[in-house]
Amino acid sequence: MIMQSPFVETTTTRVNGHVDPVLNVWPWEVPADLFLAGLVAGLLVIFSAVVLLRKEEKFPTVVKWAPLYAIPLLSLGLFLLFLDLSYKLHAFRFYTTFQVSSPMSWGSWLYLSVFAVGGLQFAYTLAENHAWRSTRLGKLFFWKWFEGFEVSTRRKLAWGSLVAGIGLGTYTGVLLSTMPSRPLWNSGLMGPLFLISGIAAACALMMLTSRQSQERQSLLRILLPAVLLNLIFVLMWVVDMSHGNATNLEASQMLLGGSYTAAFWALVVVVGLLVPTVLQVQAVRGRWNLSLVAPVLVLFGGLALRVLLVQAGQAFGYGV
Amino acid sequence: MSNAFISSLKQGTRQFGMVVDTVACVGCSACVLACRNENEVPEGCSRRWVNQVVEGRFPDLKMEIWSESCHQCANAPCVSNCPTGASHVDEVTGTVQVDPAKCTGCKACMTSCPYNARYVHTDGYIDKCTLCRHRLIDGLPTACESICPTSAIAVGDLNDPSSRASRMLQLRNSKQLHTAAGTRPKFSLLV
Repeated sequence: MIMQSPFVETTTTRVNGHVDPVLNVWPWEVPADLFLAGLVAGLLVIFSAVVLLRKEEKFPTVVKWAPLYAIPLLSLGLFLLFLDLSYKLHAFRFYTTFQVSSPMSWGSWLYLSVFAVGGLQFAYTLAENHAWRSTRLGKLFFWKWFEGFEVSTRRKLAWGSLVAGIGLGTYTGVLLSTMPSRPLWNSGLMGPLFLISGIAAACALMMLTSRQSQERQSLLRILLPAVLLNLIFVLMWVVDMSHGNATNLEASQMLLGGSYTAAFWALVVVVGLLVPTVLQVQAVRGRWNLSLVAPVLVLFGGLALRVLLVQAGQAFGYGV
Repeated sequence: MSNAFISSLKQGTRQFGMVVDTVACVGCSACVLACRNENEVPEGCSRRWVNQVVEGRFPDLKMEIWSESCHQCANAPCVSNCPTGASHVDEVTGTVQVDPAKCTGCKACMTSCPYNARYVHTDGYIDKCTLCRHRLIDGLPTACESICPTSAIAVGDLNDPSSRASRMLQLRNSKQLHTAAGTRPKFSLLV
C-alpha cells in the first residue's frame, strides 16, 4: 500500500482487512443503529415531555404512537449492532460485566434500561388501546395490570423515560467522541448534537404519523427550533474542529475541502437542515402549506449526518 | 532465568516495551514472518509490519525504515474503551493483551487505536501483538527480536535501566509516534 503527499511517500506492508488503506470497521450497521437509537431517544423525550406537561390532548398521536414505535425501532438498532459483531456468539459478554471507563459498556446497560422503561410504556400504551384490547392477545389477564396504572405511576414512568431518552441520545454521540485516535470525533459537542438531532428526527416521524392538522401545527413548533438548534450545533462543531490543535485542524479538512465536503454540506446541512428550515418557516408564516417534505428531509438529514460522520471519522486517523 | 527476574514478574513491576533502530532496520520483513510463524497469525492478517518513508525531492532524499506492531500504550484507549474487559493490561508484563473468550468483536478497540495495530482474527475476535508474552515470561526474547539479522529490535523492561531496550534509549535519540493521541506508547524509534 502506498500513501502519497507532497515530498513524502509512505509504504507499509500491512494489509489488514477493514484497516488498510483506511479504517472501515464500522460500516453501515453502526451509523444506522446510531440513527435509530437517536430516534428512539427523541421519541421518549417528546413523549415524556407531553405527559409531564399534561399536553396529552394536544398531542394525541405522540401519546398513542411514540411508545409503540420506540421499542421495535430500538430492537432493530440492536439487531444491526449484533450483525456488526465479528464474534456474535460472545454477544452475551456485554452483560457479564460493567466496565466503568468504557462508553460502550455504559451504552449496553443503557439500552437495557431503555428497554425496561420503554417496554413498560409500550405495554401501558397497548393496554389503553381499546381496539387492541379486544384482540385475542389483548384479552390475556396481565394487560389489566398495566390498565390499572394510576396517573401518578404514569408520571413517574415518564420521568424515567425522559432520563433514559436523554441518556441514550447523548450516549450515541459520546461513544464516538471518546475515541482518541479519531480526531474528527473528539469534540464534547458530539453528545448534545446527536441528542438534538434525535429529537428533531422523532418530531419529524410524529409529524408524518399524525393525521390531525392541529397536532401537526403544534409539532411544527417543536420541530422548527429543534432543527435550528441542530444546525447551530453542527456549525459549532465544525468551528470547534477547525480551531482545535493541529490534528483537529487536519481532520476538519475532511469536511472543509476534503473528500467528504460536498456530501456533508449538501446532504446534511442543505438538504437535511436548511431546506426543512425554510419550508417550516414559510409554513409557520402561512405562506406555504405545511407539507410532509420537511419531516422527510429532517429524517434523511439525521441519517446522513451519522453515516458521513462515522465514515469520515474512520477515514481520518493518525496515519503511519 | 534469575530469581530476581521471576520475583519482579510476580510483583508486576515490569513494563515491557519495544525499541526499533530505524538506522539498523533494512526492511527485510524477517520479523513479520517470524511473528506470523510463532503466533500462528492467519493469512491476510498482520501483527507486525514494515514501514518505509521517503522524504524530499530527488536527489535530496531521506529514507526511514522501521518494523512496527502494537505500541503497548501505558494509557491504552483500547483497554479503557473495551466494553467487556477483553482488552486488558497484563499485570505480569505490563503489556496490553486480549482475552478471546471475552471479546465480542465490537471493534471499539480498533477504532480507539491510533496505530491501527489491531485486526479481526479469522475466528472472529480482535487480535494484535502480544509482545510474545508466552516467551517473555519464560525469559526468552520475542520472535521478532530473536530473528532480526541487524539487531534493530530490542524488547525489554523499560523500568530496568540495564535492559538492552533501556540502554538503547539512553544512548541514542529516539522518537515516539502519534503522541498527540495521549496514549503514552511504550514503542520508540531510534533515529
